[in-house]
Amino acid sequence: MSQDDDAAKVTADAVVTTTGLVRRFGKQVAVDGIDLAVPRGSVFGFLGPNGSGKTTTIRLLLGLLGADAGTIELFSQPIPKAAGKVLPRVGAVVEGPAFFPYLSGDANLARLQAIDKTDDPHTARRRRGEALERVGLTAAARKPYHHYSLGMKQRLGIAATLMRPRDLLILDEPTNGLDPQGTREIRNLIRTLHADGTTVIVSSHLLSEVEQVCTHVGIMSRGRLIAQQSMDDLRTARVPRLSVEVTADTTTAARKVLAKLGLAPDGTDEASMLVTIGEVPVPKIAKALVGAGADILGLSLEQPGLEDIFVELTGAGFDVAG
Amino acid sequence: MSQVENFDAVPGALWRAIGSEIGLVLRRRRNQVLLAGLAALPIVIGLAVKLVSSHTDGGVGLITKITNSGLFLAAVVFVVSMPLFLPLVISVVAGDALAAETQLGTTRYAMILPVSRTKWLGMKAVGLVVFVIAGVATVLVVSLVVGFALFGVSDMTLLSGDTIGPWAGVGRIALMSVYVVASEMGMVAVGLFISSLTDVPIVAMAGTAIVPAVCTVLLAVPQLQAIQPGLLTYHWLDLTTFLFAQPDVALIRQGLLVQLAWVAVFGSLAWARVASTDVKA
Ligand SMILES: Nc1ncnc2c1ncn2[C@@H]1O[C@H](COP(=O)(O)OP(=O)(O)OP(=O)(O)O)[C@@H](O)[C@H]1O
Ligand SMILES: [Mg+2]
Repeated sequence: MSQDDDAAKVTADAVVTTTGLVRRFGKQVAVDGIDLAVPRGSVFGFLGPNGSGKTTTIRLLLGLLGADAGTIELFSQPIPKAAGKVLPRVGAVVEGPAFFPYLSGDANLARLQAIDKTDDPHTARRRRGEALERVGLTAAARKPYHHYSLGMKQRLGIAATLMRPRDLLILDEPTNGLDPQGTREIRNLIRTLHADGTTVIVSSHLLSEVEQVCTHVGIMSRGRLIAQQSMDDLRTARVPRLSVEVTADTTTAARKVLAKLGLAPDGTDEASMLVTIGEVPVPKIAKALVGAGADILGLSLEQPGLEDIFVELTGAGFDVAG
Repeated sequence: MSQVENFDAVPGALWRAIGSEIGLVLRRRRNQVLLAGLAALPIVIGLAVKLVSSHTDGGVGLITKITNSGLFLAAVVFVVSMPLFLPLVISVVAGDALAAETQLGTTRYAMILPVSRTKWLGMKAVGLVVFVIAGVATVLVVSLVVGFALFGVSDMTLLSGDTIGPWAGVGRIALMSVYVVASEMGMVAVGLFISSLTDVPIVAMAGTAIVPAVCTVLLAVPQLQAIQPGLLTYHWLDLTTFLFAQPDVALIRQGLLVQLAWVAVFGSLAWARVASTDVKA
């Protein structure tokens, strides 16, 4: 199947679509012409280094910011024009939770229900309790919010999105501040929601965690969407690397024979090296190494993790884009 | 297929939202402390007058009238709080209204529920009006109780010299309190507008509190006579007209019109701000 077919299919059944979306802050272009397509039913990992424009994009999707150019559609309805009609189907945690510090967790949720015109008051209390239960906050429901720990606050933010069924859930850094247990629970929660048919967008830079739950990823870098594909495609598109380790005295011979095969081992004279193997079959490499008299200590194929791909695509530099 | 069955507004949704806002304002500890502060005013003034009047006799003005009828205590407390304490208290609560939610970030979560911007501003305004009513009602009730307790119930000799019965007196004081509530509506609108400009509540509070002070200063500049009748505070102290046998209806009407104008102007400005801007933070 060609790339174009893929793209067309995705757009046709996309829950979120943007075309040429641009948002500037002064001179800075925080979101620079992105064409996002989040397939229905997917768990879409929205990745990118700090300041790459993830949160800004999410705020645009939710109608919290106005776009400078481009279009946004949620469920094929234009945003912000149809926001009033579409947003009841969407739950979101954007840039951390926000609640009244002097109200309890439960009272804060009740407040949200009270001002939500589509929220049925007859079942409000029950749904509130269930949402708190789902994030493990039942015991702390009556505590004032300012006594909550960072992770409890984050959990309450997620509970607020779970008080009713949603077609789309947007979670901006949902595991920020959560303990490993909490992180795992959120991951399981996302799996459950995914199984129920909810489309989930998770922004994060904790890649290992996204990797485990996502079906699709979009990678942002300096305001641009530099990759957008299914996890399967992303994995197969990346060539695996061979890790070769030989004894010190046969290092030169090994490097020479690898170079002759057209492979470029990394480093210069270390006895262990990483080789991007391309089309060359592994047995051929092994035979050539042995034939050249290299004493092999280890030979293993490494599938690049999302982190490798991420760094490869976004550049390894640590500084955020100003 | 949508899992979400119902996008329609639930009946009574608007009332629930307004009720929630009123609950938030009135149950907030800080606001209760402000109300308690207002309640302390009649007590302090009442006791002071009681102590002073037992040493001296005679004297002039409104304050000495308190010793004749406890009803005048409420009048005096209104005159004192109208230009000073009430605007200050309102500045705190109104300045907080939008700015605090923006600062906390709760605004963005309200917007994505979604709550329409107009409803958002409307429920904030209703919450504030209810708070003003609560403040004035607190002053009224505590003044009457303290006035009766310290100075007794008797006929009220009005500023025009006429005497009316205690019930008619209570009626006058009640009318006065309604005028006080109405006279602070401009403050509510100004406060909401300033609150929509910033996400730092204390700045909005200070900014709002300065407005009546500036008006008072402008009232002292003779060259500004032309604009003075339109100033927020111009008719505030006209509430004493209720202490005459024939209150000056024209004056009251002008006072109310000035408030209406300020509400219209600053209400519109606040609405334009809330409806058009990006939701910050
Ligand atoms: N309100 C604003 N005013 C000015 N600049 C802003 C504003 N919001 C975001 N930016 C800028 O836009 C860029 C993108 O920010 P954004 O918050 O979208 O990044 P992010 O990808 O969510 O980063 P992180 O992973 O750190 O959360 C940043 O350079 C940021 O400084
Ligand atoms: Mg962010």
